[in-house]
Amino acid sequence: MTPTTGTYAVKLTVLAIGALLLFAPFLFQDVRSLEVAARICIFIVLVASYDLLIGYTGIVSFAHTMFFGFGAYGAAILLKSMGPGWTPVILGGIAGVAVSLVMAVAIGLLSLRVKAIFFAMITLAAASVVLVLTSQLSQLTGGEDGITYRAPDLFKPATKILTDADGKVLRLWGVAFNGKLAAYYFVFVTSLILFLLMLRFTASPLGTVLKAIRENEARAEAIGYRVVAYRTFVFCLSATFASIAGTIYAVWLKYTGPDTSLSFAIMIDILLMVVIGGMGTMWGAVIGAVLLILAQYYLRDLMGAASEALHGIPVLPELLAADRWLFWLGIIFILLVYFFPKGIAGTAMAGGARR
Amino acid sequence: MTAPSLTTRDLTIRFGGHVAVNAVSCDFRPGELTVIVGPNGAGKTTYFNLISGQLAATSGSVVKDGTDITGMSPSARARQGIGRAFQLTNLFPQLSVLENIRLAVQARAGMGWRMLRPVGRFTELTRKAEHYLEATRLTALAHQTAANLPHGDQRKLEVALLMAMEPDIYMFDEPTAGMSLDHAPDVLELIHGIKADPTKTVLLVEHKMDVVRALADRIIVLHNGELLADGPPAEVMSSQIVRDVYLGTSEGVE
Repeated sequence: MTPTTGTYAVKLTVLAIGALLLFAPFLFQDVRSLEVAARICIFIVLVASYDLLIGYTGIVSFAHTMFFGFGAYGAAILLKSMGPGWTPVILGGIAGVAVSLVMAVAIGLLSLRVKAIFFAMITLAAASVVLVLTSQLSQLTGGEDGITYRAPDLFKPATKILTDADGKVLRLWGVAFNGKLAAYYFVFVTSLILFLLMLRFTASPLGTVLKAIRENEARAEAIGYRVVAYRTFVFCLSATFASIAGTIYAVWLKYTGPDTSLSFAIMIDILLMVVIGGMGTMWGAVIGAVLLILAQYYLRDLMGAASEALHGIPVLPELLAADRWLFWLGIIFILLVYFFPKGIAGTAMAGGARR
Repeated sequence: MTAPSLTTRDLTIRFGGHVAVNAVSCDFRPGELTVIVGPNGAGKTTYFNLISGQLAATSGSVVKDGTDITGMSPSARARQGIGRAFQLTNLFPQLSVLENIRLAVQARAGMGWRMLRPVGRFTELTRKAEHYLEATRLTALAHQTAANLPHGDQRKLEVALLMAMEPDIYMFDEPTAGMSLDHAPDVLELIHGIKADPTKTVLLVEHKMDVVRALADRIIVLHNGELLADGPPAEVMSSQIVRDVYLGTSEGVE
């Protein structure tokens, strides 16, 4: 496709988001902002890996948080039992990926041949079983309470990454070069690498085959592509990325529980992000993840402020009360889907003058 | 006579009580263009589906160059060298014309699993795709979305996809159906070009009798799923049995 002006606009926006995330610890110097920035990094990977399925290949799965959870719990369980260190992180990550691959191959081979709707149901069933098991096997998983543990020493807030002449932690523009900063850049760099890898895959010959399967499965088969093999492979690939993202998030949060890594609320967030950003484009994952997470964290505050500002005027402060933020998020979502049917990135890239 | 490149032996498919293709045995040889004719519902497209694998035979077999391919998936048959163009246009609608053809070239080259380099860097794929664009006179439309093409150009793209697969067996299912008069000759010329290659086997389902006359080396007639006649065009067209089948149903056979 020839690039459109919309394509350039989307790519510039994504670059700007990348730059903001790169300098986030220096630009937004409070704990909550850094929390949001790290969550955005992780969810970009998570949403992009889901888009490999739903947007590129046309596979609908509801088991994406299950794979995210395998990666998170793998690291969490080992960090808890072995104590902080890199070995449990790496072993936990590998274990998470291994379990994810076994599940993905099993689900894939059993059911990728059946109709899309049955496949979606089977993934839903598998994810529900894993969620129930997690809350039941509390010896291993901590049940509903989850697991709290310590991250590798490098990421302890007291760790001094760089020191000045007096042996105190070095500060640059007021930002201490401590373990917290190291942890953020661990999240940022690994997420960036994972995202760039996916960008690479989607632009490759493999990526074109995935799109062909989405567009016309029967014809892709007729010109010589083993469709079931490709679908199973992309399901495994997507599961692997989700699992690694889960491990990174577990290291960052130092806590893993059903609500942070397994719940269907997260699955719905992923779906919303893919739809808002635009399916079938990696850029859409970035835009969708950023918008929804910002809304989830700041819409409430923003509305609270607006409600305060409008104090004294009838109805309006009531309508904008902070507690109604979900209501407004819903309205914004409906408007977005109405005006950007292909998602923000998708609609922007399709529009704009063709050059 | 050269050995057959494709053989169907007692090929049969039954849908419930209805036998759509009934024990059709036929040899197809390289360098030969066989036209398959028959009234609507005779089982021509079903016969094609059995050969290219979209439908699984109830009994009988399909053999390609000595290999029994009856149990193979469509993609495995494509890799064995059986290429098929469809009667109803069957493209990748939201991809560009170039991307459509490059997918077929890429499948032929067995490069669909490459995932580390951008597709644009595989210049040999693009060059080959451009060659087939040129051959089918679609170069000017290379960057159009397939779904936005006029019907005639979509039909040409359908043929281009088949050509880009570079199969041994070319199967055309009414390639000029619904085409305007200025487009049809392009497609027929392409089929002529393929026919000129003595290593290629061509199967063609066609209704238009002028096309049949211009291209056929041999005609087989299907009727109610059975092989009714098989032979050189002049002989088949003049036979009484074929006249009976077509009588009152077709404008065509004289």
